[in-house]
Amino acid sequence: MAIPYFPGCTLSTKASGYDRSGRAVAQALGLEFQELNEWQCCGATFPLSAENAMALVAPTRLLRQAQDAGGQVTTLCAICFHVLRRTQHFLQGHPDVLERINWFTEEPYLGNVRVTHFLELLRNELTWESLRAKVRRPLQGLRVAPYYGCLLLRPPSEIQLDDPDDPHILHECLEALGCEVITFPYQSECCGSYLVVNKPKVPQQLAQDILTSAQRHGAQALVTACPLCQYNLDYPQKSVSGWTLKLLPVLYFTQLMAVALGLPSEDWGMENHTVDPRPLFEPYLTTVGQGRTGGDR
Amino acid sequence: MSRIGVFVCHCGHNIAGTVDVKAVVEQLQRNGDVVFAIDYKYMCSDPGQQLIRESIEKYQLDGVVVAACSPAMHETTFRRTVSAAGLNGFRCESANIREQVSWVHQQDKEAATQKAIEITASIVEKVKGNEILEPLVLPLTHRTLVIGGGIAGMQAALDIAEAGYPVILVERHDHLGGRMAELSGSYLNFRAAPDLLEKKIQQVLSHPNIQTLRNAEVIGLSGYVGNFRVQVKQNPEAEETPVMPLDELQPLTFTFDVGAIVVATGWQPYDRARLPEYGGVEIPDVVDGLTFEKMLREGGVLRRPSDGKIACEVVFVQCAGSRDPEHGVSYCSKVCCMYVAKQAMMYKERVPDGQAYVFYIDIRSAGKNYDEYVQRAMTDYGVLYLRGKVSRVFREGDQTIVWGSDTLTGRAVEIAADLVVLATPMLPSRGSAELGQLLHISTDGYGFFNEAHPKLRPVETLTAGIYLAGVAQGPKDIPETVSQASGAAAKVLQLFSKDEMTASPLVASVIEELCAACGACVKVCPYGARQIHPIWNYATVNAALCQGCGACVVACPNKASQVRNWRVEQVMGMVDRLL
Repeated sequence: MAIPYFPGCTLSTKASGYDRSGRAVAQALGLEFQELNEWQCCGATFPLSAENAMALVAPTRLLRQAQDAGGQVTTLCAICFHVLRRTQHFLQGHPDVLERINWFTEEPYLGNVRVTHFLELLRNELTWESLRAKVRRPLQGLRVAPYYGCLLLRPPSEIQLDDPDDPHILHECLEALGCEVITFPYQSECCGSYLVVNKPKVPQQLAQDILTSAQRHGAQALVTACPLCQYNLDYPQKSVSGWTLKLLPVLYFTQLMAVALGLPSEDWGMENHTVDPRPLFEPYLTTVGQGRTGGDR
Repeated sequence: MSRIGVFVCHCGHNIAGTVDVKAVVEQLQRNGDVVFAIDYKYMCSDPGQQLIRESIEKYQLDGVVVAACSPAMHETTFRRTVSAAGLNGFRCESANIREQVSWVHQQDKEAATQKAIEITASIVEKVKGNEILEPLVLPLTHRTLVIGGGIAGMQAALDIAEAGYPVILVERHDHLGGRMAELSGSYLNFRAAPDLLEKKIQQVLSHPNIQTLRNAEVIGLSGYVGNFRVQVKQNPEAEETPVMPLDELQPLTFTFDVGAIVVATGWQPYDRARLPEYGGVEIPDVVDGLTFEKMLREGGVLRRPSDGKIACEVVFVQCAGSRDPEHGVSYCSKVCCMYVAKQAMMYKERVPDGQAYVFYIDIRSAGKNYDEYVQRAMTDYGVLYLRGKVSRVFREGDQTIVWGSDTLTGRAVEIAADLVVLATPMLPSRGSAELGQLLHISTDGYGFFNEAHPKLRPVETLTAGIYLAGVAQGPKDIPETVSQASGAAAKVLQLFSKDEMTASPLVASVIEELCAACGACVKVCPYGARQIHPIWNYATVNAALCQGCGACVVACPNKASQVRNWRVEQVMGMVDRLL
C-alpha cells in the first residue's frame, strides 16, 4: 500500500537516520512511503498570532500537495505532524482564511486532507498485533523509556492522538517489539525545544533532569518521535563540559522497529548519534529467525 | 352601573413624561361605569394612597383601577389600600401603563397615550366583573420533617423542637453527626469537633419533641405546604435484633403527615480518582482533606501511610479539583483555605521540626477573625505559602514529588514530600438529585439544591413549605451552616405561627352543570390539582394546590372550567373594549 509521505527538512538533514529507518520499516510492513512530488518547509511552528493567514501558507501548500497525492499524508517528524494537523484543524473551522490563502497561492486546497503520524497508522490501520507478529528479533529485556515531549500530543483537542497526561501510543509500539517499557515522570515534559538556539543552558538543564529521571527508573535507552527532542537530549551528553551522567542512547522508535523487524544495520540509521546506541542491540543480533516470528516468513 | 374610580399615576416623569395623563383621565371620565377619575404624581406614596381611600368614601366607589406600574410592583399595595377603606381588595386592579406603555413607547407620545387609555379602559371592564373574594383558609399540620442528621439538620430540629413543635429527624446512616463527626478540630478555636457535636447529639436524642429515625430514607412525598404526607423507609439495625439473620429483616415503612420539610442532606468528598495528575488514588501518601482529618483525630505524631515513617515534609494543595471548569468543578468550595490553615498548624503541633507547604491560587479568608487565623499559620507556625498551582504529583522511590509553580518568585518548585494533602471540593451528597425530584425542588448542575432567591430568600426553595440548611444548598462552613439551619427553623416557625394557612382565592372552579367529566383538565394541570369526582362525576379542584394558571380553562371544551376573577365573559369584555 502506497502512503503519501512528507519527510520535512530535519529528516532530510540532521535526522536522516529517522527518515532512513522509517522508510525501511514502512517497506518491511508493506506500507510504501511515497514522498510528495514537491515540498518545502512546513513552517516549523504553528503560528500563535491571531492574524495567521500568511504563516499558514506553507503548511497549506503541503496539504494541497497531499490533496493531489490522494487525500492523505503521513509524517514521522513530530513537529511537521503538529503543524500540519493543527493547520488542517484550523482551516476546517475557518473557511474564510482558507479562501484567502487559496486566493494568494492560486492553488486551491479543498480542505479535506487527512494528516496522520506514522505511529497512528501503525496503531489504527496496521494494529499492534500484526506488528508483533512481524517481529523477528524480539527485544526482550531491553528497558526503554518512551519520551513523548510536547508537540506529538498537545493541544489534545486539536491533535487527538493520545492523552497528554497519560500517553500510551509509544508504550504500545515498544511493547509490540518485545521491549520492557518504563514509564517515568518526565515522559511528556518539554525538552527545551528551540531555546537550544539562543539559551542552550535551558535545554541542557532539562536534558539532565529528564535523563537522570529515566536512568533512575532503570531505562537503558530513551525513545522519541521528535528530531528536536532527540537532538536536545543526545548532543549535550558529550559536548557539555562537566557532564557526569552515565551516557544514555536516545533513539527514534523507527530505529528500534528496524532492529526488531530484523532489518540489516544499514537501515537502522544510527551512525550519527552522539551516544552510539548500537552496542545495546548486540545481544539480539544472533537471534534472527529464532524469536517470535510472524506469518509472513 | 358600576361605580368605579380610576387613579392615573404620573410616577414622576416615568409615565407622565410620555403619556398625557390628563387625557387618560378625561377619556376615562366619559366611561359610563367610571364615576370618578383623577391623576396624581405618585399614587403609591402616602398622600396618593390617602387620595384613593378618601375617594372611595366620597364617591361611594365599588371598584378601583390604578393606572400605574406593573401589578407585580404594587398590586398588593393598592389592594391593601382599598381594603383599609372598606372595599374588598379583589375589587381593585392595576392597569400597567408604565412597563407596557411609557417605558416602551417613549418615541411616540400620542400612540402611547392612546394605548394607556385602552389598557385602562379594558381593566375597568375587568373590575366590573370581579367577584368579592376572601382568602382561602387551609389546615396546617404543625409537625416538621428534617432530612439529614448532620449539624445542619440537628440544629434546625432543635430550634423547632425548642419552640414546642414535634420534629421527625431522618438520618440515612446509623449515627447522627454527619461529616462534622469526621473532623478532628474546628478552625479558629481548634476545639475537637466530636466534643462540640456530642452535646448536640445528646440534646437531639433526649429531646421529647424530636423523634429520630436512623438508617432511614425518605421514599415518597405527596401533598403541599402545611399538608405534606411523607413515606420513610427504615432499614432494621442488626444489633438490636440479634436473633434474626439480617436478610430476613424487612425494612419498615412509615407514613407521616407534616407541615414543613427542612432538607439538610450535606455533602460528600470529591472522588480523588478524578485527579490522576495529583496521584489520584494510586499513591498511598497522597490523601484528601477528610482523610487527613482522620489522621489528625488518631492523635500522636503524623506518619506516612505507606511505611509509617514520620511525615517531615507535608504539601497541601488547595483547589484540587475546584475552580477548574475544564477538569473539575467550577465553584470555590469555600472552606478549604481555612481548614488547610488549621491542618497545617495542627501538623506543626504534632511534628514541630517538620515543614508544611501550602500551594494556593489566592487565600479566601473572609469572615470574622478568619484572616488573622491564616496569618497565624504563616507567622507563628512557619507554614510556607506558595502562590501557584501544582502541576503534577508522582512517586519517586519512597517519596512523593510535587511539581508546582511559585508565581511570586516566578520559579518552578519541586518538593520531595512525605505526605500530600489535596484540598478537594465538597460535592452534594449521594442521591441529592433523586431526592430533589422526589420533593419537587430543583438542583443545580452539580446537585446542590436551589434556593428560591440567591439574595433575599436563601433558605427557602421554590416549593412552599420546603426549606434548605447547610451544604445541601452549597459549600459552607460550620458557623454558616448553623446560621442557615436556624434561619430555616425560623421560616418553619413563621409558618407554624398561625393555626391555619391562608392562600390566594384566585383559583380555578368548575361549573358542574357544564362539566362532561372528559378529564382534559386533569391531564393539563401542572400542579396535580384536579381530579374527576368518583361519585358525582365532574371535575373538582384542590384549591390548595391550584395556582390559577388557567391551563384548564383553555383545555375545557365546554367552558366549565373558570378561574376566579378571570372568567371568560370578563376576558371577552376586556378584548371587546380593546378592539
